[in-house]
Amino acid sequence: MSTLLLSDVLVSAHAALPAHPLLLADGVIDFNTSRLFSSFWSLTVDGLTYGAIYALIAVGYTLVYGVLRLINFAHSEIFMLGMFGQYAVLWGLGFTPQGDVYTQGTVLTVLYLLIAMIGGMAVSGGAAVGLERVAYRPLRKRGAPSLTFLITAIGASFVLQEFVHFVLPKLTGGNFGGTTAQQPIRLVQEVTVFSFGGADVSNVDIVIVIAALALAFLVDRFVNATKFGRGIRAVAQDPVTATLMGVSRERVIMQTFLLGGVLAGAAAMLYSLKIPNGIIYSGGFILGIKAFAAAVLGGIGNLRGALLGGLLLGVMELYGQALFGTEWRDVVAFVILVLVLLFRPTGILGESLGRARA
Amino acid sequence: MTTTTNTPASTSGRPYHGVGDRVRLWWDAQARPTQWLIGVPFIVFIAFLPVLRIPVLTTVGTDFGSVMAQFGMIALVAIGLNVVVGQAGLLDLGYVGFYAIGAYTVALLTSPDSPWNLTDQWLSQDWAWLFCVPIAIAITAISGLILGSPTLRLRGDYLAIVTLGFGEIVRLLADNLTTITGGGQGLKRVAYPRLGESTEHPDGVFSAGNSAPPWNSGLWWFWVSIVLIVIVLLVVGNLERSRVGRAWVAIREDEDAAEIMGVPTFKFKLWAFVIGAGIGGLSGALYAGQVQFVVPTNFNVVNSMFFLCAVVLGGQGNKLGVILGAFVIVYLPNFFLGRTDLFGISIDGNTIASYKYLFFGLALIILMIFRPQGLLPARQKLLAYSRQLYQAARRAVLAGEGRTTPVPADGTVDGRGPAATKDGGER
Repeated sequence: MSTLLLSDVLVSAHAALPAHPLLLADGVIDFNTSRLFSSFWSLTVDGLTYGAIYALIAVGYTLVYGVLRLINFAHSEIFMLGMFGQYAVLWGLGFTPQGDVYTQGTVLTVLYLLIAMIGGMAVSGGAAVGLERVAYRPLRKRGAPSLTFLITAIGASFVLQEFVHFVLPKLTGGNFGGTTAQQPIRLVQEVTVFSFGGADVSNVDIVIVIAALALAFLVDRFVNATKFGRGIRAVAQDPVTATLMGVSRERVIMQTFLLGGVLAGAAAMLYSLKIPNGIIYSGGFILGIKAFAAAVLGGIGNLRGALLGGLLLGVMELYGQALFGTEWRDVVAFVILVLVLLFRPTGILGESLGRARA
Repeated sequence: MTTTTNTPASTSGRPYHGVGDRVRLWWDAQARPTQWLIGVPFIVFIAFLPVLRIPVLTTVGTDFGSVMAQFGMIALVAIGLNVVVGQAGLLDLGYVGFYAIGAYTVALLTSPDSPWNLTDQWLSQDWAWLFCVPIAIAITAISGLILGSPTLRLRGDYLAIVTLGFGEIVRLLADNLTTITGGGQGLKRVAYPRLGESTEHPDGVFSAGNSAPPWNSGLWWFWVSIVLIVIVLLVVGNLERSRVGRAWVAIREDEDAAEIMGVPTFKFKLWAFVIGAGIGGLSGALYAGQVQFVVPTNFNVVNSMFFLCAVVLGGQGNKLGVILGAFVIVYLPNFFLGRTDLFGISIDGNTIASYKYLFFGLALIILMIFRPQGLLPARQKLLAYSRQLYQAARRAVLAGEGRTTPVPADGTVDGRGPAATKDGGER
């Protein structure tokens, strides 16, 4: 077996060469520009819809980073809890998972969706504040190094996921959580409202983009034009001076986590509207990383940057998907993240929350 | 001259705050030959644990040999990750990427499913695995260099996210490049050493087909990993006590200060990253040989967290600590798996085992709050001086607390530690 003639080696190596897909151009990775151009507008619409959701989650990362210089790794799980929260609220309102869509008047539907969104916001916001209390505050008290915070965040991420995976179904008689995704509760039938340039814009797309933009506007006003927001900006800019000026740092940190969590909850409801089958314990992880990528892309610590980064990432990701194929979508997002961090770590709009224009 | 110890550790009379402080104190005071004399039989004892089948210790649900083989592999990973995280203080969340590259290098070069298979051309099937291990280490180290040289200029927490993205990209590449890696189907029949072929074991003792305990493939791979661990420990240990190791500690403690003091921080961070990556590749190669089958799902980013858990749990920066951490995270779930009673108390072992990530997550949070240094914390040694000096300091501590030599009780480098020791003049 181990004795081989040199001629054998050369012959076999030569014969085997043409079959080797050594180059990417040989079709290992698709590169299809016509697919991008033919469906450019529909990709853009879809990308903006996903991007709006990324943006809302990204705000949570950005706010916490701006104030604490901490990557709240568990924020993706806060979002995941929000999905379960809004689902549970719909369940509580008497909806059960069934194959077809509930039909009722537009007003009632919007009302139910608003209630579900508030439910998701409450769960996510509560979880974010709870996480801050239980996991981060003791570390801050000890003045732990930033590595410690990150490891804690990873631990919290594990705990929240596994809580929904194993413990929640036990607590709720198997109705919520567990290994499989929740059976979808559909309140809205996705229908095309209008078309342009070959792109179909559905009612869900419109609702998501408008809701996200409205929320982003509200947060921007909240941070830049209210007393609470001034506190947040002050602490982000200079914690010590802010404390000396009478701003309670602990309270600001709590508000920041609450705000981020609430937006994640809203994003969770909007996401479930778009992807009704996505409510699963592991459903937040990848989305969270993408939202973080969006925050970095726009400039972490910068609110408007989070919005811009989210929309850009959503669109670019779908263009990449069209170019390379569906399975490369996540790769595109990660490559964008790595490239941005390498070449412009401060993001498009720059970093500082404290220096955000009032 | 007065005693110049100003560290809280020495004044409290407990030099370390770890598990089994006394044992460690005693161990550190021993001369190197004595340490070997005790260490080697101990390692041999550990190596034969799967054969001895000690009642409560032996796992029930899975074969003890393969659990120990897995432990050996994760221990190797943990030692490598410890170089990056524990010694140089760089948080690498994509370590599983290097592990995957190591495993896939071996698989791509030796699996018949791969287009780059060498075993049907000129590479003997018998030695293909051994031949590919250095290649795997080299390729992984190079990938560490490629990833590290741009990213190590980033701030700490950004580095964590970039490496996380890298780990995911590697897995997605393995999943998506179907024509090369077989995609989700994976690569089967990866080469392994063909040793001890007999009528009983037609494919040799290392084949996954050799599954009858206790002398099964798990045991043999465990022994391979012990040998590799000892070699890697010697290498890493020597690095730690060299200029490189001192630079790492300086970077970990305060990067800016290190830079100002003339430590080329980027160069040494890159070294740590590349060495860590190489060890990750080695353990990946070990993995590929052991299971003889690689699929992308085994290289999920969750595994990175799992590895990190071993390092943090055991004690960042302490080589033996991280091995203990690896043992805990591999052994504990398997200990409970399939167990229905423990010392007469009936338990649902399978449920406990399936909650492992929940428990490890909780352990991480609780550890970070109450014991961030881990089970066996790293010690600050007299790194600037030789091992002999360090041991002399230890012996002085053991000989009695009341002596006049102003040796820092824990060998900690305080303001004038080395000078004080020299003036003590006992050596």
